Amino acid sequence: MADTSVSLSILEEEEKKSLEAREFGFWVYLMSDAVIFALLFATYVVLSGNSAAGPTSRELFDLGHTAGETALLLLSSLTFGVATIAMGQGHAGRVVQWLILTLLLGLGFIAMEVWEFSSMTRQGAGPGTSGFLSAFFTLIGTHGLHVTLGAVGICVMIGQVLVKGLTLPVRSRMMRLGLFWHFLDIVWIGIFSVVYLPGVM
Amino acid sequence: MTHFEDRSLATYLTGFALAIVLTAIPFALVWGGLLTGPAVYAVIAVAAVVQVLVHLVFFLHIDLRSTPVENLFFLAFAAVLLFIMVGGSLWIMFDLHHRMM
Repeated sequence: MADTSVSLSILEEEEKKSLEAREFGFWVYLMSDAVIFALLFATYVVLSGNSAAGPTSRELFDLGHTAGETALLLLSSLTFGVATIAMGQGHAGRVVQWLILTLLLGLGFIAMEVWEFSSMTRQGAGPGTSGFLSAFFTLIGTHGLHVTLGAVGICVMIGQVLVKGLTLPVRSRMMRLGLFWHFLDIVWIGIFSVVYLPGVM
Repeated sequence: MTHFEDRSLATYLTGFALAIVLTAIPFALVWGGLLTGPAVYAVIAVAAVVQVLVHLVFFLHIDLRSTPVENLFFLAFAAVLLFIMVGGSLWIMFDLHHRMM
């Protein structure tokens, strides 16, 4: 009896160590992702004035729309945080509820972005029009793609919490998904500060 | 990073409130056209940097005590890398642009 409990605690210790290593690995991934975004930002700033006689950022950007997207993403960061707190208290049901709310906010953000992209393309301001628009669609599109993958991650997470419950590996995955989701909100701060706000001035 | 038990709603709400204020300031300035010229860019830049720090502290729970030192090291390394790559690219491209005029 004593032997099994000792070996169990060793196993738990090992599992914890391996999960900590994964969290560090995920952190390294996030930092390398930050490098990708930083270079897309640099590309955008260099090309932002090159509208090639096409529509300029002043004519295309709508600050109200951007404020809406910002609100949705920021709120979804808060609801993900509340889901993490519910996880700390061990309430699987509430974790799922808050994750669903986060997912809906994320999907709302994606819908607003898709609508923006399609209305710009319809106005003849697609990614092929000018250097400015190529850089714009690449930067915002890459962020949108990340949010879409994050939304898929939240769906998977909801499934795991429902099927497996709040086990140690599930908690660790939830923490990593949270890092990813909050990271995307940080990138969005850069986007409205570098792209949208200077774009309408 | 695994101390999610001691996280409180107050931390997230504080971060959320600070983020709203730091988003509202640059939006209001640009929307209302209250300032012009380089001052606007300065306010936008400062608000953005402060808000990134707010997100790191209140949402990603980075602090100097409980965050593993490797993670802090990597964060600092990434920050230096971003500074060199973005700063260097902009410096070279705008200098080139200036010389081609």
